[in-house]
Amino acid sequence: MLVPILKQGDYLIASIQSSLADADLIRLRDQLVEQVGRYRSRGVIVDVTVLDVMDSFAVRTLSTLAQMIMLRGAETVIVGVQPDVAFAMVQLGLTLDNVKTALDLEEGLLYLNSRAKRGRSGAG
Amino acid sequence: MTSREKRTSGERTTDVLSELVAHLRHNRTILREEWVRRITESRLLTTMTKEEIFAEATSVFDNYVEVLETGSVEALQAYARNLSERIIPRGVDTPEVLGIVLLLRDVLARSLFEKYQGDFALLNRVLDAYEPAANRIATTVAVGFVQERERVIRQQQEAIRELSTPVLQVRERLLILPIIGVVDSERARQLTEQLLRGVRSNRAKVVVMDITGVPSVDATVANHLVQTVEASRLLGATVIVTGLSPEIAQTLVTIGVDLTKMNTVGDLQGGIEEAELLLGYKVMRLTESAASEASN
Amino acid sequence: MPAERRIKIASDVDIVAARQSGREVAAILSFSSSDLTVIAAAISELARNIYAYAGTGEIVVSLEERNGRRGVRVVARDDGPGVADIALALEDGYSTSGSLGLGLPGVRRLMDEFEIQSEPGKGTVVTLWKWAR
Ligand SMILES: Nc1ncnc2c1ncn2[C@@H]1O[C@H](COP(=O)(O)OP(=O)(O)OP(=O)(O)O)[C@@H](O)[C@H]1O
Ligand SMILES: [Mg+2]
Repeated sequence: MLVPILKQGDYLIASIQSSLADADLIRLRDQLVEQVGRYRSRGVIVDVTVLDVMDSFAVRTLSTLAQMIMLRGAETVIVGVQPDVAFAMVQLGLTLDNVKTALDLEEGLLYLNSRAKRGRSGAG
Repeated sequence: MTSREKRTSGERTTDVLSELVAHLRHNRTILREEWVRRITESRLLTTMTKEEIFAEATSVFDNYVEVLETGSVEALQAYARNLSERIIPRGVDTPEVLGIVLLLRDVLARSLFEKYQGDFALLNRVLDAYEPAANRIATTVAVGFVQERERVIRQQQEAIRELSTPVLQVRERLLILPIIGVVDSERARQLTEQLLRGVRSNRAKVVVMDITGVPSVDATVANHLVQTVEASRLLGATVIVTGLSPEIAQTLVTIGVDLTKMNTVGDLQGGIEEAELLLGYKVMRLTESAASEASN
Repeated sequence: MPAERRIKIASDVDIVAARQSGREVAAILSFSSSDLTVIAAAISELARNIYAYAGTGEIVVSLEERNGRRGVRVVARDDGPGVADIALALEDGYSTSGSLGLGLPGVRRLMDEFEIQSEPGKGTVVTLWKWAR
């Protein structure tokens, strides 16, 4: 299952379309890391709205994704975690602590934009 | 019935049972009618129409005979549950259900008496075979009913609890969750589910969870609350916990509860102010603005 | 209640199949949507352990009735190396593979009942129950 990655200005947006097997998720991670480097993107949004389960593997992979992307100077936002999925995740102890989360794509973009603004005014 | 004389003692019960089954099948109509008459006479199932009672009586009767025949109560169990599902909302209660099952037992026993009264030894054997099966059937139906009722009661309790913890939207993107009363695992689960749905449907960014009304906050409760906070964050919302006294917070930390993920503020008012700050609203306390005006 | 599904676990794709089957079987009962997710998540973790530590095995999901309550039972079975120290494996953060070590203790929190049988060299059987409300 291929995950489309959309380049929008400084950001990359990956919208997961269906349940992913481990190999698909790893591929998504590697592609995003590679493209962040190639396009010098400032932010990455991974939309997980359609995922009906996030287990330890998914969470671990998304965490390393965020770390690898941070090393390349960009920030990752996970958007669209469903209430039921979040509920199961916290009971498993999977809290995705080191990654920024937002309600949906719109909120994710708002967050990245506000970061960019703050970043500029901070530097200037 | 020549086979009766040749019967060996080992075969007796099953043989008698199949004769019994044949008798009940043969007299299906009369026995059903008699049962329904007795039900109405005893003023049982008064919330149901005569036709409804007859339809249910027919199913119970057929299931009853099937249990006698096969010895398996599975189908009856399923039917009893299904029946209970239908009649519980109509106010039928346990004594009534017991009453009708015992009436059927009685109606059938009487008809057996009538048929075999000429052969006392045979009558005894028939009753010996009938009794335990009939008791088992009565128990199955009654237990099925009671269990279904318990399930309904559990569901109702759940619904009541849900109503008792409202998720309030005070401003755009700001929810308040005032928790009052004891928080056990079951309620914590419900609270969290409700809150998460509320966050999503209201597109909330900040939640103030006020636990002033929770009588005792021990490690278990605190861990549940931590999970609620974590789950909300996964949806992109920040939770501010209010009403957790510093003493309790200290105790929790010493017994190993990780409160670092909890954003705590003394009271509800302070929590709302903090929330508004996070949302980018300017907060002005009346007292402060009055004071600054006075100093001008 | 006859519904039962048996899913062989031999690749990462089977993990997805297992949790979807579990969800389908459980959906026959009156589980809330969050319970269905919880069941699917638990199955995912067990299938993952089979795949990671034993290579192959199976997940069997079936409906069960006990004391008038209806629920779903999940059995995860493999003939792999077994869990060396069960008590340790049930602690948060213990992992022999450098992972998070949250699978087994997490699954235990997710479900109503949890049983594990395992002996070094003799494989592992984990059984879970969740009762419908
Ligand atoms: N089916 C199994 N066969 C053999 N060993 C197992 C099996 N399942 C679990 N274990 C052992 O128990 C340990 C704990 O399992 P658990 O699922 O809790 O954590 P993990 O798999 O290491 O990490 P995570 O599930 O968080 O990715 C594992 O590291 C492994 O040593
Ligand atoms: Mg694991």
